[in-house]
Amino acid sequence: MKIEILGGGCARCAQLYGSTQKAVGSAGLDAEVIKDENFETIIKYGITSTPALVVDGVVKSSGKVLRPAEIISLLNG
Amino acid sequence: MVIFSWLADFIAYRLFHLDEATRLGEAVHFFIEDVTKIYVLLVLMIYVISFLRAGLNTDKVRSYLSGKHRFAGYTIAAGFGAVTPFCSCSSIPLFLGFTSARIPLGITMAFLITSPMINEVALVLLGSLLGLKFMIIYTVTGLIAGIAGGAFIDLIRAERLLMPIGRQALAYGEAGAASIASQELKRKLTGMQRHQFAVEEFTTIFKRIWIWVLLGVGLGAFLHGYIPEGYLENFLSGGDWWSVPAAVVVGIPLYANASGIIPAAQSLIAKGLPVGTTLAFMMSVVAASFPEFTMLRQVMKPKLLLIFFLMLLVFFTLAGWLFNILI
Repeated sequence: MKIEILGGGCARCAQLYGSTQKAVGSAGLDAEVIKDENFETIIKYGITSTPALVVDGVVKSSGKVLRPAEIISLLNG
Repeated sequence: MVIFSWLADFIAYRLFHLDEATRLGEAVHFFIEDVTKIYVLLVLMIYVISFLRAGLNTDKVRSYLSGKHRFAGYTIAAGFGAVTPFCSCSSIPLFLGFTSARIPLGITMAFLITSPMINEVALVLLGSLLGLKFMIIYTVTGLIAGIAGGAFIDLIRAERLLMPIGRQALAYGEAGAASIASQELKRKLTGMQRHQFAVEEFTTIFKRIWIWVLLGVGLGAFLHGYIPEGYLENFLSGGDWWSVPAAVVVGIPLYANASGIIPAAQSLIAKGLPVGTTLAFMMSVVAASFPEFTMLRQVMKPKLLLIFFLMLLVFFTLAGWLFNILI
């Protein structure tokens, strides 16, 4: 699984990155978590607010700092 | 509102044994009354507004705005800007996301101008500190600023003045490549979900602003107790035409949100700063800031930033002059 955290250098983006790593770790998932600060990627996914969570090319959430538990349920759902 | 005055009486005069007739007593009383009143109103308002706007996000605003007729678009965008919470750290993704959905630049700018100016926090502060009339004037002026600003940006065909990344977003839109595919676009919320959202919203907003309200009202209390009424009139009488543009030029680069600047504005008015000048200063502080300009610099060429600055300068100056004459 490939998880991308989109958003350029904002504090909330770093928070989402952190809680995603936690979620992946605690659920024992085989996933690669990448931080992408490139604006082109943001345009490509058509996101209007950051941070955004993209799983295998699908936008799962944007503009929110999710808790690890919420991320796990998103990944499973 | 009597209850807050009573509470302040109790704390300042009974608990702290301050003398009502002293400056310190008066300042402390003012501080306690205003802070408690504002905090309670904020709790109520943020909860109610968040409950109502739960589920509304920038993705939905975008899908609603795309394909709208221009003139309806400016008005609707300014209205959405008013009810959607905004963080200047989000202005770039918002700008790119809207542009790539073929929303004209001016409509995006209408949203970006109004969003930081009008929100429930600003309304509570304006209404409780400066009165209903002032609150309405501020809101209407803010909406017009967004609509007029947006229309002007399109009039000068500002797309020419975008940085490469901004043009790329435009190109995406023209190719129809931007996917407006959000999971949450069609989601219906239950009452419980709305409640949870409202509580979460309230916690984050309150955490961010409580200190600014405290500082703003504190400054206000100091001015209230220690600076004589009408003191500022000696320096900045409404007769000096240049005082309004000067206040705007100083205000635009300054970075503060509505929660800090409005309580201080109340005292400035009481001390004799003309209403129009204060309004112009407040709006220019809240609407734009130096950090926001550096952010927008990534998608706009310097020339467009300069135009944006001048546009705000002219508009807020005109508004300030108008209200100095009218009020």
